[in-house]
Amino acid sequence: MLELQNLSFSVTEDKQNKEILRGISLTIPDDKLVVLTGPNGGGKSTLAKLIAGIEQPISGKILFNGQDITGLSITERARLGISYAFQQPVRFKGIQVLDLIRFATGKNTLSVTDACDYLSAVGLCAKDYINREVNNSLSGGELKRIEIATVLARGAALSIFDEPEAGIDLWSFQNLIQTFDGMRRSIPNSSFLIISHQERILNIADEIMVLANGRLEQSGDKEEIMSELVGTASAVPGCRKLEGGDESVC
Amino acid sequence: MLNMDEIKKRLLLEVAGLHDIPEGAYNIRANGKSAGRQSSAHITITPKENGSGLEIDIQPGTKHESVHIPVVMTESGLKEVVYNDFHIGNDCDILIVAGCGIDNCGNQDSQHDGIHRFFVGKNSRVKYVEKHYGSGTGAGKRILNPVTEVYQEENSFVEMEMVQIKGVDDTNRTTNAELAAGAKLVVRERLMTHGEQKAYSKYVVALNGAGSSADVVSRSVARDKSYQTFDAKVAGNAPCSGHTECDSIIMDNGRILAIPSLEANDLDAALVHEAAIGKIAGEQIIKLLTLGMTEAEAEEKIINGFLK
Repeated sequence: MLELQNLSFSVTEDKQNKEILRGISLTIPDDKLVVLTGPNGGGKSTLAKLIAGIEQPISGKILFNGQDITGLSITERARLGISYAFQQPVRFKGIQVLDLIRFATGKNTLSVTDACDYLSAVGLCAKDYINREVNNSLSGGELKRIEIATVLARGAALSIFDEPEAGIDLWSFQNLIQTFDGMRRSIPNSSFLIISHQERILNIADEIMVLANGRLEQSGDKEEIMSELVGTASAVPGCRKLEGGDESVC
Repeated sequence: MLNMDEIKKRLLLEVAGLHDIPEGAYNIRANGKSAGRQSSAHITITPKENGSGLEIDIQPGTKHESVHIPVVMTESGLKEVVYNDFHIGNDCDILIVAGCGIDNCGNQDSQHDGIHRFFVGKNSRVKYVEKHYGSGTGAGKRILNPVTEVYQEENSFVEMEMVQIKGVDDTNRTTNAELAAGAKLVVRERLMTHGEQKAYSKYVVALNGAGSSADVVSRSVARDKSYQTFDAKVAGNAPCSGHTECDSIIMDNGRILAIPSLEANDLDAALVHEAAIGKIAGEQIIKLLTLGMTEAEAEEKIINGFLK
């Protein structure tokens, strides 16, 4: 179980302090799939990075299975069972897809057949990709699937995906949904935090959380939130909100 | 079975991947003397008359055969210059494995300067693999200054894999190539320096014939206080295409000077150069940390992949 307590984060831009997250508190229970949604620039990716340890909060606490992990490094959090799929996956010259999957499993001796299973699960024809370098020769969509395969291979207790659907073609979307279903079944008590704007991903959520302007605006069961989402402030363009006098947009 | 001690055998494995005597033609040079030589039906290895090196003659039409000419040195203070000439007939397809390993436990410098010339006949394909390796705890330096000259006739293809990953203190590498019409040269250099090592690598490729092409790519890593210079010039003297690339990672206080240069002497010479030097991208390390690696492990994996 992941618990965030009053988590805040800010950056300095042009000598001005800019608040990105303002006192976020939330819980992701075991065996739940939570989708985090909300407008661009609302702080979703930053929140994911804080959980993975890539960024450090200015205040607040992060508890994972009851342990305070706020001060732990990325490596320590990964070893405790937190996995993170980048929104924009990283390219590596010379490192092959097989290497990356082996790194993810932590098994240097992982067989090619077993590694291929992870690629097949994300809709890639394994034999065409297993020996490819994770470099510029891969398209954005291919890279994204390989990134998801590395998280799949880790089999972590908590898996975080930052916009996994980005770059994935519509025809493969169902496959992606099935991948998440498969992961839930194969890792007992695993929980998922998926950042997404896609209705079809929102549809597989147990809970939906809406983050806007650095605040958790809504949180609850899928049915409850889905029905409220359309027509709320989160769905209103920023300029109209500005006209409405919401100073936080300024 | 070669009569060699364990250190020499280890060096031989590092530079030529050999556990024992290779198949086909070979000459193994150990501490300035031949430790074994064999010609084959199509490949003749003979010492030069003045004793300064070898003449390697490969008959026209020789296919799927190999020549191994590794050098190992374990005596401190030994300095040698060796001239080896390869005469490769037309229509051949061969593998040549060279390389030098020096183990210097003494306080005097050990130095091997191998000057290799390749005369490649029409339509022939040559793969040339050259690995350099140094070991030993002595204060004496391990120095390698290879010179490679390649003369390619029409429609020949030469692929050169040059690797120096560990233990060579000082290297000054020069490679010159001249290509006739339709000839193609591919060079893949991988270099890592550490400690206070210095490496200088210079390429001059002349594309003299119509339709000739060259692709010279160097990947290197400079660690600790080491220093590297990569100086690659491709001259297009006919309708041709040439590409040179230097892709380098610097770590610690490592320094690299990259001087890619192009000279177009023909209107239809299409020449490109690329050079990039930088530290390991922070996001690459972060990705591997999220997989549970430490920073040191992540760096090692990235470097190993980069130089693979």
